[in-house]
Amino acid sequence: MNAKGPSDKLIRGLTGDWEVVIGMEVHAQVASNAKLFSGASTEFGAAPNSHVSLVDAAMPGMLPVINEECVRQAIRTGLGLKAQINLRSVFDRKNYFYPDLPQGYQISQYKAPVVGEGEVVVDLDGGGSVTIGIERLHLEQDAGKSLHDRHPTMSYVDLNRSGVALMEIVSKPDLRSAEEAKAFITKLRSILRYLGTCDGDMEKGSLRADVNVSVRKPGEPLGTRCEIKNVNSIRFIGAAIEHEARRQIEIIEDGGIIEQETRLFDPGRGETRPMRSKEEAHDYRYFPDPDLLPLEFDQAYVDALAAHLPELPDARKARFVGGFGLSAYDAGVLVAERETADYFEAVAKGRDAKAAANWVINELFGRLNKEAKDIKASPVTAQQLGGLLDLIADGTISGKIAKDLFEILWTEGGDPRAIVTARGMAQVTDLGAIEKLVDEIAAQNPDKVAQARTNPKAIGWFVGQIMKSSGGKASPQAVNDILKSKLGL
Amino acid sequence: MSELTSLTLADARDGLRQKDFSAVELADAHLLAMEKARALNAYVLETPERALAMAKAADARIALGKAGPLEGIPLAVKDLFCTEAVRTTACSHILDNFVPTYDSTVTSQLWRDGAVLLGKTNNDEFAMGSSNETSYFGPVTSPWRRKGANTRLTPGGSSGGSAAAVAAHLCLGATGTDTGGSIRQPAAFTGTVGIKPTYGRVSRWGIVAFASSLDQAGPFTRTVRDAAILLRSMAGHDDKDTTCADLPVPDYEAAVGRSVKGLRIGVPKEYRLDGMPAEIEKIWEQGRAWLKAAGAELVEVSLPHTKYALPAYYIVAPAEASSNLARYDGVRYGLRETGSDIREMYEKTRAAGFGAEVRRRIMIGTYVLSAGYYDAYYLRAQKVRTLIKRDFEQVFDAGVHAILTPATPSAAFGLGEKGGADPVEMYLNDIFTVTVNMAGLPGIAVPAGLDGQGLPLGLQLIGRPFDEETLFATAEVIEQSAGRFTPKPWW
Repeated sequence: MNAKGPSDKLIRGLTGDWEVVIGMEVHAQVASNAKLFSGASTEFGAAPNSHVSLVDAAMPGMLPVINEECVRQAIRTGLGLKAQINLRSVFDRKNYFYPDLPQGYQISQYKAPVVGEGEVVVDLDGGGSVTIGIERLHLEQDAGKSLHDRHPTMSYVDLNRSGVALMEIVSKPDLRSAEEAKAFITKLRSILRYLGTCDGDMEKGSLRADVNVSVRKPGEPLGTRCEIKNVNSIRFIGAAIEHEARRQIEIIEDGGIIEQETRLFDPGRGETRPMRSKEEAHDYRYFPDPDLLPLEFDQAYVDALAAHLPELPDARKARFVGGFGLSAYDAGVLVAERETADYFEAVAKGRDAKAAANWVINELFGRLNKEAKDIKASPVTAQQLGGLLDLIADGTISGKIAKDLFEILWTEGGDPRAIVTARGMAQVTDLGAIEKLVDEIAAQNPDKVAQARTNPKAIGWFVGQIMKSSGGKASPQAVNDILKSKLGL
Repeated sequence: MSELTSLTLADARDGLRQKDFSAVELADAHLLAMEKARALNAYVLETPERALAMAKAADARIALGKAGPLEGIPLAVKDLFCTEAVRTTACSHILDNFVPTYDSTVTSQLWRDGAVLLGKTNNDEFAMGSSNETSYFGPVTSPWRRKGANTRLTPGGSSGGSAAAVAAHLCLGATGTDTGGSIRQPAAFTGTVGIKPTYGRVSRWGIVAFASSLDQAGPFTRTVRDAAILLRSMAGHDDKDTTCADLPVPDYEAAVGRSVKGLRIGVPKEYRLDGMPAEIEKIWEQGRAWLKAAGAELVEVSLPHTKYALPAYYIVAPAEASSNLARYDGVRYGLRETGSDIREMYEKTRAAGFGAEVRRRIMIGTYVLSAGYYDAYYLRAQKVRTLIKRDFEQVFDAGVHAILTPATPSAAFGLGEKGGADPVEMYLNDIFTVTVNMAGLPGIAVPAGLDGQGLPLGLQLIGRPFDEETLFATAEVIEQSAGRFTPKPWW
């Protein structure tokens, strides 16, 4: 699967080709009603400081209590990443001062994370795929939010997010281009959403990534990396990597060296810039949190979670290819989102799966994209689209008429068969009526008849004429058959 | 000292039930005694109105026959316990005027059982100290004096205010916390009974944290029976503290008076220190004799890693403290000094808010957790801790039921006498007590006699995990043999 060499991903510099090496730390907010160590709500968009418990505000004497649901979600995610699940893990304190960090430390997992090594298979646009290693997944608390624009001299702090559970998913430095990085985060997001362990909403900050980028000449040891913090869209991840790789190559080619540092991506200017210098580098003084016992569960608990895991994108794609005979590409498109795949399966059930795939991918997706609608908001239900396919399959309507019907379903709704009947959209399959039309047109156009006899391809002209005069309702199959026999082809 | 303030907690409980006197009368007597004893500085906050209201409610419940186990009993609470709507400062400037909206689990259980709050007692700032001299409110003066002298003595620390209040009859019992000896050392210095229960026996929720893996709350009382009564109300499982054990709370009072016949009591040879005062050795020997006379079997045991306990403690405790105290940053509550930016605000607030000893321990803790030093200090100290725990396990596995040691290496010293030049001089006070915290075991200090200068000396009994009952039974034998010790009022 990793057959592709690095050659097609290299970046040309003045001194030759460069290879980009990328690793990602993805912060995924755990889908849970309550925070990691307190009962406060995780609901998004509430008034500032309305979802803050005594624990979240780090009042004196407060103690954290682990939310089992968050542990369950982390284990399920680990299983989805085909990763090692650690039956014993430890919560540590990461100490630093910041106003939106009330305890003065973040509870995280440092030396003993709940999930160990795993992998994600990433399909690439040009076909083929790469397997990206997962180093680890650990649970940690999110910080609050500092608001610097509400007061001329003061900053405000909103602690609603303080203590919300995050999964930090760390990839191995296996990515070699911005495209691969984008495909990786897309696939990871898809897995998380299938599992229901993270809603993957990057606009709300539910999923964000720290991207580690370094460059080297192919075959050489790893270069010094820079970490681009908190990139919150897939497009920005790509742009940040492109810019950062170029920046590093230019520095090295100018005889400079790369300083290990933390940088921020500025989407407005499309560039990265330093966040804090090395002198300010933190010593986080990690140590095991004495308020929390080690996190322990048994294999039976893990097995029970594994038994109830939903079908994940890779398995579903394989089933769509093997069971439905779809192309790998179409199957990939359909399984990217769980809702889309569900929709497709509802349409395809008991019907021609390839036709269903064509309609979902070309007509439905096209229309949804045009109107920037989510599949969940699709005006045409899977049941309606299935009804439309049934009408094509039993010869009631032609493919062309079906597109008109789709438009009606989209804008007006209704039962497909009832619409076809009410509006006289059924195709003409009365052979006598079609024969009559053929005879008429042949009589009026003897030159075309002669032409068709020497060049059978000219039959298309007759088909067009007949469809036109039937208002598109003549069955194309019947028209063809009759034409061929009448013209003696 | 009036008759009512001289009662034991058990006698007061029975008197209230028999309506010999009312809870309001009992509270009044104590409030009056507190007023007269302000020179001791035992209380940093008196809550007379609340006390009388709670006493009145207690009387009403007694009248209805619905008295709880501590109904109408006036208690003092160390200022480390958060108390709803009652100022809680940990005796630190940084928590100036902090008024919690919640009660600690311990205090809420005391109120559940009918107890009455008299006020908050003085302690070393954030419980860091062994003489109560690091308190932002100034030191407590012990109700005890050396014979024929009026030198002001320490009641010990960090729970100095609670110990002094119990000894001076300013309450019938008090809560304390013990991280390295903060209950047992002041109990020994003031002739009171103090028990640090097994780690996990009492919830830490709502108690200002010093060192989370060592902190444990316990009671101060004038008798062993009273300590048993009070601990029963304080102890128990709490969903809000995951380090709190989910075990039923025994009727500790039932263990008081239980025979010690046939119990094996260990005497650790490593606790015989060079240069230990003869009087300490003598009282220890006396304790052994009393227990032997009561039918216990005395055996010499070895706890070979004892000498590493104090240095390891002074790595683990400051490390955890440096992190626990990070929340006092001037952002959300307590003291805030203004600064030109956030960093300056932090620096000025914490410099002004914390006293010298607290700052020292934050610095030590920050240092030992720093990259490059973590393995050499913190990790190594944790390994020592495991070895100390194993020492005790081996002794208990060999059939020993409890261990008898001196509680402190000396009697109470004068205020300002120790630690001025070298903080280690002060730290050495905890030499017999820290090992117990490091091992998470229960330990009780019980008065055993007076030294030549008329000052109380205490003995310590160390028990198996969650076997506080044996400690109460054994301590009561010592109490019966030694008698009780009360300071003569001079205040």
